[in-house]
Amino acid sequence: MSEALSAVVSIGFHGLAFAMVLYLISVGLSVTMGLMGFVNLAHGVFAVAGGYVMTRLIAAYGVPFPLAVAAAVVSVAAGGVLLERVLYRRLYGADELSQVLMSVGLIFMSVAAAKFLWGPLAQPMTPPVYLSGQISLGFRSFPTYRSFLILAGAVVVTLLWLGLERTRFGARIRAAVDNRRMAQSIGIDTDRLFTWTFALGCGLAALGGALGADILAIDPGYALENLIYFLIVVAVGGLGSIRGPFFAALLLGIADTGFKYLLPEFGAFFIYALTLVILLWRPQGLFGRA
Amino acid sequence: MRLGTAGRDTAPPAVEALLRRHRLRAWELAPWLVAVAVYFIFPGYLALGAQILISILFALSIDLILGYAGIITLGQSAFFGAGAYAAGLLAAHGWGEPLSGLVVGGLVGAALGLVSGAIILRTQGLSLLMLTLVIAVMLQEAANKAGSITGGADGLQGMEVWPLFGVFHFGLYGRTAYLYSLAVLFLAWLLARRLVHSPFGRSLTGIRENEARMHAIGSPVFRRRLVIYTIAAAFAGVAGALLAETTQFVALEVLGFERSGSALVMLIIGGVGRLYGAFIGVPIYMIAQDRFAQADPVYWDFWIGLLLILVVVFARGGLIGSIEQLLHRFRRRR
Amino acid sequence: MSVALETAGLCKTFGALTVANAIDFRLERGARHALIGPNGAGKTTFVNLVTGALSPSSGRILLEGDDVTALPQAQRVKRGLARTFQLNTLFRGLSVLENVCMAIGERLGVAGEMHRPAGSRRAVVDEGYHALERLGLAEDALRLVRELPYGRQRLVELAVALGLEPKVLLLDEPAAGVPSAESGIIVETIESLPAEIALLIIEHDMDLVFRLARRITVLVQGGVLVEGTPQEIAADPRVREVYLGEHAGR
Repeated sequence: MSEALSAVVSIGFHGLAFAMVLYLISVGLSVTMGLMGFVNLAHGVFAVAGGYVMTRLIAAYGVPFPLAVAAAVVSVAAGGVLLERVLYRRLYGADELSQVLMSVGLIFMSVAAAKFLWGPLAQPMTPPVYLSGQISLGFRSFPTYRSFLILAGAVVVTLLWLGLERTRFGARIRAAVDNRRMAQSIGIDTDRLFTWTFALGCGLAALGGALGADILAIDPGYALENLIYFLIVVAVGGLGSIRGPFFAALLLGIADTGFKYLLPEFGAFFIYALTLVILLWRPQGLFGRA
Repeated sequence: MRLGTAGRDTAPPAVEALLRRHRLRAWELAPWLVAVAVYFIFPGYLALGAQILISILFALSIDLILGYAGIITLGQSAFFGAGAYAAGLLAAHGWGEPLSGLVVGGLVGAALGLVSGAIILRTQGLSLLMLTLVIAVMLQEAANKAGSITGGADGLQGMEVWPLFGVFHFGLYGRTAYLYSLAVLFLAWLLARRLVHSPFGRSLTGIRENEARMHAIGSPVFRRRLVIYTIAAAFAGVAGALLAETTQFVALEVLGFERSGSALVMLIIGGVGRLYGAFIGVPIYMIAQDRFAQADPVYWDFWIGLLLILVVVFARGGLIGSIEQLLHRFRRRR
Repeated sequence: MSVALETAGLCKTFGALTVANAIDFRLERGARHALIGPNGAGKTTFVNLVTGALSPSSGRILLEGDDVTALPQAQRVKRGLARTFQLNTLFRGLSVLENVCMAIGERLGVAGEMHRPAGSRRAVVDEGYHALERLGLAEDALRLVRELPYGRQRLVELAVALGLEPKVLLLDEPAAGVPSAESGIIVETIESLPAEIALLIIEHDMDLVFRLARRITVLVQGGVLVEGTPQEIAADPRVREVYLGEHAGR
């Protein structure tokens, strides 16, 4: 195929893979920020924790890939529950500054802990053999792992959206995000709901971090380096929205890949400028409520 | 409806208390006496001392926005870095006069603050927080990519700062740097103090406490916030220029989140919105960092993170806040 | 011209929900006017639209004959429009005296000054103190607002609005949440307001309404149901129906 078209397809493909990772990580942040009103800048910590658990299990203990990913998700979700109960809960009604500072403190701690435990370099990520290499789709071939990533992401997103639409748990989340006091007055136990939702958000973040280790490298500074991406997805998508961040992630993933490919000397500059413009035009995000 | 003033000699105590609040108190001179004493007692630590003074100025610039106007910013380093690069580029291209470098740094910071503030201060909450970060990250990315101008990741080379007033060289021991920074900080403090106690400063407190109420009493909220944002950006720009001039080098990290983040931590330790939080929190943090972080920087980040969380959960007013609370309780008992 | 405040066809919709439906309203100079209606009728929304806290979907707002529809809230205040909030909206961390001085300072145009310490504004502080004296708040002058009981805070809310020397004053449920023992002074203060001020009160307490108002507007589901003197309103069957249901009057 022609060069230009090939470039477009490449950008679209890799952008889509990146978008999936971003969405999986950020959707939890959107829901917890919309649900608990908590400015949690440390959300990336759960993503990188998932990445570390998975890569360490594979590298040091030879655990098979699916099992390692599952372990990452479960352990980080459990850790999230613990943190929520012990720490986050205390600051639910607090002013924004306190919440920001608490999460900054968490980031510092996680960066130091990761450096101490596993060193300053990025964890190598080698996909399992059956997901390595290239897969051919006739007109051209694509990296197998990334194709898997897109597929897996699509499946998870579909399950998530269906789950939130069809299950009672999902209904409760949507109700509480919409109007917390109203939800409480009709008997929804918001305390338990927060904890479970937080766990879900952390688990998804861990999944995104683990699967996406190939795109966003697992290193100690992860939570800080990628913070802006997660925040952009949530802010542009709309706080509390579940679908909004998906489209924001698509936009960000494809645009970022595109700009870096076509105009590498500008780096991520245009992404930031684009974010600025969007947030000025619609401060509540593309799908947020005014 | 407006009554004339009742006889001045019988003004009620409440009125007097409010009218006298801005008067200089003896203990406010303490930091300056300490700073001057340090010059004589610790001549070997003046380079660190200058860094501390510069960081106090930077933290003060954040306090003006955060503590007084209630705007949470994660991107104050944008103005700091802009001032640093402005002064740095000036000195690297032939004009090394330090005072004018400061002025340029301040003006560049102010200009950037004015333009970005005019754009982003129309939003609030998460959007605003994000946009402060976006501005800083944009600038950092631009500085990184424009390596031919800024030196990129290697930093700005070739700065030549002329002696202050043609006489005082910026030498290895940091004596000039220390006194220079001290003088600048002193002037900035005078200005900040006047600002904070002025009607303008009080109205900022009002905006922070209850913005809806400020609108409802006819206050031009956006304009006031923009003004303080610009002034604080100027302060940050001057601090950045100071750093460039005293170290004769500008690294990319002047625009980084680390700088904004640690300044926030220092401010929290001291106490936000009380003018002196920076003066207390910054020295404590930086001296401790100098002693402990050399050994193992990883430990340092970890414990600082933990300290931050503990302060936020248990002692939200920082040191000054805790002292205030103790005094309040002490006075009540009398 | 004797009309202090007027709205013409004021509308506000949120999607399919209409909270203000073509409201035509007139407030005469020196009026003592009450706005009543069931919960959710849109009374506070109306005040928000008039003051500029909310922007209308259509319609016009005229303050002393000038079209202020496009003006932001703060500028309408400068032209003499003041309000109190249904829930106390004060500077809780500041003292009572400071709260009132903030308003007075804005009115006098000195609140934006940077070069002189706040204390030197003797005139402002004196005036603020006298305002507190008139409302019986003088002994609480230096206490922080959040330390005061709710009823006293409500008085401070009133003092702040009065500090603006408004020509048009909108009071949103001034006695709401105030124990009856403390509401006396609020009512007295409202009764002793200067006669030139145009006053609009939103209230649920019918005793208060009939005591203070010379004209009443009834708002239902965002639209004006009827307007008239207290006697006319009390006798109107539609009003009884709205408040008491279909079986009223039997």
